[in-house]
Amino acid sequence: MELLDSFIFISIIKAAVIFAVLMTTLAYLQWVERKVIAHVQVRPGPYRVGPHGLLQPLADVIKLLTKEDLLPPYVNKPLYLLAPFLAITMALLSISVIPFGPEIKVGPVTTWMQLTDLNVGVLFILAVSSMGVYGIALAGWASNNKYALIGGLRSSAQMISYELPMSLAIAAPLLISNTLSLRQLVETQAGGIFNWNILHGPFPQIVSFVIFMIAAFAETNRVPFDLPEAENELVAGFHTEYSSMKFASFFMAEYSNMITVSALATLLFLGGWMAPWPTAYGSSLVPTFIFAVAGVTALYHGVNATRKRDKVTFPVFGIIFLVIAGVFLLPVVQSWLLPLFWFAAKTGAILFLFMWVRATLPRFRYDQLMGFTWKFLFPAAMLNLLVTSFLVAWTTK
Amino acid sequence: MDVILFLIFALIAVVCAINVVIQTHPISSALSLVGVMGSLAVLYLLLGAEFIAAAQVIVYAGAIMVLFIFVIMLLNAGAETRKGRSYLIPGAPLLIVFLGLMAYYVQRMFPGSTMVRFGGFQGGGPRDIGTALFTTYLLPFEVTSILILVAIIGAIVLARKEIE
Amino acid sequence: MMTAVPISWFLTLSAILFALGVAGFLFRRNIITVFMSIELMLNAVNLSFVTFSYQHKEVSGHLFTFFVMVVAAAEAAVGLAIILTVFKNRSTLNIDDVNSMKN
Repeated sequence: MELLDSFIFISIIKAAVIFAVLMTTLAYLQWVERKVIAHVQVRPGPYRVGPHGLLQPLADVIKLLTKEDLLPPYVNKPLYLLAPFLAITMALLSISVIPFGPEIKVGPVTTWMQLTDLNVGVLFILAVSSMGVYGIALAGWASNNKYALIGGLRSSAQMISYELPMSLAIAAPLLISNTLSLRQLVETQAGGIFNWNILHGPFPQIVSFVIFMIAAFAETNRVPFDLPEAENELVAGFHTEYSSMKFASFFMAEYSNMITVSALATLLFLGGWMAPWPTAYGSSLVPTFIFAVAGVTALYHGVNATRKRDKVTFPVFGIIFLVIAGVFLLPVVQSWLLPLFWFAAKTGAILFLFMWVRATLPRFRYDQLMGFTWKFLFPAAMLNLLVTSFLVAWTTK
Repeated sequence: MDVILFLIFALIAVVCAINVVIQTHPISSALSLVGVMGSLAVLYLLLGAEFIAAAQVIVYAGAIMVLFIFVIMLLNAGAETRKGRSYLIPGAPLLIVFLGLMAYYVQRMFPGSTMVRFGGFQGGGPRDIGTALFTTYLLPFEVTSILILVAIIGAIVLARKEIE
Repeated sequence: MMTAVPISWFLTLSAILFALGVAGFLFRRNIITVFMSIELMLNAVNLSFVTFSYQHKEVSGHLFTFFVMVVAAAEAAVGLAIILTVFKNRSTLNIDDVNSMKN
């Protein structure tokens, strides 16, 4: 019992669980992205590898692992090997302070659904994302290739330029919540949707949310700011000379950064793992409702399927969704499953926004991108911070 | 536990600092300096300076050193060729003797009166820094904002292309 | 002594880093490395400030560190801009070669 209660043992278990879930989520996030972009472009997307392409990430992982891991002779070997390692380490490190839910009891142990809570949690995430710039800059330099170097320099310049409006957009809701610890940030937003930072306080933080999302798109090198790494620009930018697992590390780092900024947006603006209205009015039935609707729709499409394969896969998915809907009704799992559902739903909505934008918008030219941040976004973020602080100071006794 | 942490990160800091001075290529020096700053950030956490530790990583390691690395990459600075005789042979033993004397006198001036424990100083959080910054040290704070403005103007004027 | 670190150890570390910064500043020829030695000296001084702040249980040491960081940032920005200009005019980063005085 002493061993089970000890801090180190619990932390190791939590770290293992978070790592496993994160790795699976990263792989399936790529599947979701391909499906979303495909359906926006009215085509089926990955379909053949497993039912509805669900084994496609597995196929991709096997392909990346078995590809020849090339070490070109003209690269700067220590930096070439260090760069993807830095990128993925910093990307995974920032997940360690994100709270996924409230305090739960698992067997004899009571613990928070968060790996560790720092009372400078927001600063920690900012610090780790500043260090993530090194992975890209060093990858561009070590490749000994002028296109990779320019791509790496452009990407790092873009990332550090957009860190400024992002930090100012983060500072505004912190003035309302009055804490830098992520756990307390969520707890100050308790009590329903009108207590979330985006709608609460003397100045609803909608402008901060928009500025944060734009800066987050640029920080993670996503469309419309993905010029430094696009395939048809600069011969794929800073990861031109990378293959196999090192290339996969850069992509895992990018998706992991996406998850981190979406989680940060959820925690700062959308109330973290809090439900939009109190449980007394039935908010615990929402996940059941959603999954039940999904299950019924899948069953309906399964019965009226056009392709022969769909006659089997859709009903199976329908039954799986109905079972999950039933699981959400069990009171024994509701204490930890419901907050986790709300957190995942909000983060998932923002990730869907990332993918939706990728499928829709063209990309910016580099000078348009840099001009946008220095001439518009940074002054706008400063103005937003000024207005927020003025209103907070005016309404606080 | 605190002693082990201190020794590990102090050792990393000293090794990286020696690397900064010894390496010929500026990129290796710059990355070693990032290592020094990272290990110093951990030592600040040991001393209870949580805000300063985060600020060290965000400002120093994450912005200033990125600027250094940019300039090194843009100028394509090659490895330094050593011409003339090396000053290392008389210099290194002299440095070690000087350091030994300084360490001895520092130890004599501060006998083990204050011991540093993790959690010994709780006043380094953002709330305390903010309170002091905006009450006692308000004038230096405003002056540093003007200093940054001057630096921005200076850097832009110096580095822009001359219009022919 | 096994659970706590004497404060003189931090000050000795600060002294070692400062001395290494001085050595780099005096012995290196590449101007960027000289600049980095200056940053190393500033970091050593920051460690001293935070250590004394721990000893007196004050937060003023942290604030001085903050101001030193701001000054270092401003200095790095302007200094690197100067280095870029010197490189544009002289095409060398060796501080022995930017000497246009007659011998």
